[in-house]
Amino acid sequence: MTPRLAPVAPATRRPAAWRRRDRRWGWVFVGPQVIGMLLFILGPFLASLVLAFASWDGLTELKWVGWANFADQLGDELLLRSIVNTLLIAVITVPIGLGLSLLIAVALQNLRTRSLYLVLFFAPVVTSTVAVAMIWQQLFRSDGVLSSVIASTLHIDPPDWLGDPHLALISVCIVTIWMSVGLNTVIFLAGLQGVSPSVLEAAQLDGAGPWSLLTRIRMPLISPIIFFSTIVAFISSLQTFDTVFVLTSDAGPDNATRTIVYHIYDLGFGRFEFGPSSAASVILLMLTLVITGLQFTAQKRFVHYESD
Amino acid sequence: MATLEGVAPVRATSGRRGRDLRKLLLHLVLLAAGLAMVFPFVWMLLTSFKALPQLLDEPLSFLPNPWTIDNYVQAWTSVPFGQAYLNSAYICLLSVAGTLVTASMAGYAFARIEFRGAKVLFVVFLATQMIPKQVTLIPFYLLMTKFGWVDSHLSLIVPAMLVNPFAVFLMRQFVLTLPRELEEAARVDGCGRWRMFWRIVLPNLRPGLAALAIIVALDVWNNFLFPLVLLNTPDLFTVPLLLTSFRGQFGTINYGLVMAASAIATIPMLIAFVIGQRKIIDSLATSGLGGR
Repeated sequence: MTPRLAPVAPATRRPAAWRRRDRRWGWVFVGPQVIGMLLFILGPFLASLVLAFASWDGLTELKWVGWANFADQLGDELLLRSIVNTLLIAVITVPIGLGLSLLIAVALQNLRTRSLYLVLFFAPVVTSTVAVAMIWQQLFRSDGVLSSVIASTLHIDPPDWLGDPHLALISVCIVTIWMSVGLNTVIFLAGLQGVSPSVLEAAQLDGAGPWSLLTRIRMPLISPIIFFSTIVAFISSLQTFDTVFVLTSDAGPDNATRTIVYHIYDLGFGRFEFGPSSAASVILLMLTLVITGLQFTAQKRFVHYESD
Repeated sequence: MATLEGVAPVRATSGRRGRDLRKLLLHLVLLAAGLAMVFPFVWMLLTSFKALPQLLDEPLSFLPNPWTIDNYVQAWTSVPFGQAYLNSAYICLLSVAGTLVTASMAGYAFARIEFRGAKVLFVVFLATQMIPKQVTLIPFYLLMTKFGWVDSHLSLIVPAMLVNPFAVFLMRQFVLTLPRELEEAARVDGCGRWRMFWRIVLPNLRPGLAALAIIVALDVWNNFLFPLVLLNTPDLFTVPLLLTSFRGQFGTINYGLVMAASAIATIPMLIAFVIGQRKIIDSLATSGLGGR
């Protein structure tokens, strides 16, 4: 008789039997993922925390060494260099990469042909990092196309991108930015769709130029998305591995592009020092947590959430 | 009045002309940037068709002269590329299928079913996303040794099928957007949770499932560190892993060969991307926005 109420009533007053059964069904439905989580993430994660306090090569007997692995690692010049390199990559690639993406997104926003451009910008995103690094390794050869063009236009010696320690790190940064710019552009475009044109028009009438439209109107309005992308980009650049494994051939030259994950890999699978390797991975985790925590603290000042 | 009327159109046209000019400039800049983005791929293709003498003598020449497919023949025959494509394809397929089932089940439970521990469990799922995968690498490897799964595709497929916290989170978001009335109607008809999920919920989740499939497929296809550590036999290698065998082993001088190998590894994926570009770009934007 009251059709409007009909769909609501069962939702609020569920039969007791149904509810009792739900208690079981809930666990059935999450079961596979919970088993996977315990077995393949939480278990190994806790084991990693434990192994960090042990000395073990996988074959001989495991020995407990307390904090020695951490003390050794934090005093190890190689780990410190890995941390510095990783942070440098993050600090260089995140602002430049996101800044470029934002500019491209704003430029593309009102173009009818934007999906055409997007395909060009997005192609590197769907390509495997290994292939990307292989291709750029050839572009960066000292007798390759980039160096030859630079040498002949600037009349200098061809730069040895991957052979020079400083240029090698810059090369890694260039490739990292090139790979990720398309994805962030698309994310920012999605965010900019939500900025109402009337707000922009009102600001324009008040005499706002293109630059203040970007920094005063658009950026604050999509600041939650910028914040989220910054965190994701930061975390992923802290995990840089594929690029330095391939592009600079085992984090060369002479460990100039060694990153934390490369360090973990090298200790664990190059030298089978599982303890120190686990200690290094715990240090990576701490670094990730601290940096993400700092970003969450900073967001209070810069990120504007619309009050619902 | 007359002067004003006379002035106004002039202003309008000059304004339009200025806007047109600015638009043209914008297109030129974007086109230049876009070409810079695809230049590495173009150069890869051009280089792959060049013979060694040309590469060494004139590194700046644009077109191959003469064109040769020797690099492709050599790349294809020196390593098992066909096998690697088969490996990558079926690892991808099984991982995606498994993730779709387990993640949408869990996502459905977290969105709709009230059960003891649900809230805590969901927080655990969110929190584990903060753990970098690399942190679990060594114990994971040791576990795979215990299972006897080292140098077997099982070590890549089974974990991918069973755990993906981000996928669970994403599917929960998608389930939350479905109207509850669908399920309520089914329930009144005496439909249980199990049947409700498969018959009512899953079919309505199709757009979300498609997006998740794309995200997971790309992730699995491009995965490198774990296959690198877990696989030893070249016949078991995935495409990216196999590609690294051109990293130096064949002499770094013939980079036409390296480019041909890279082309074999990337061109099929790029073609697939161009065909499904809209769906792929949208899906990855969804994942980048954290399912918003």
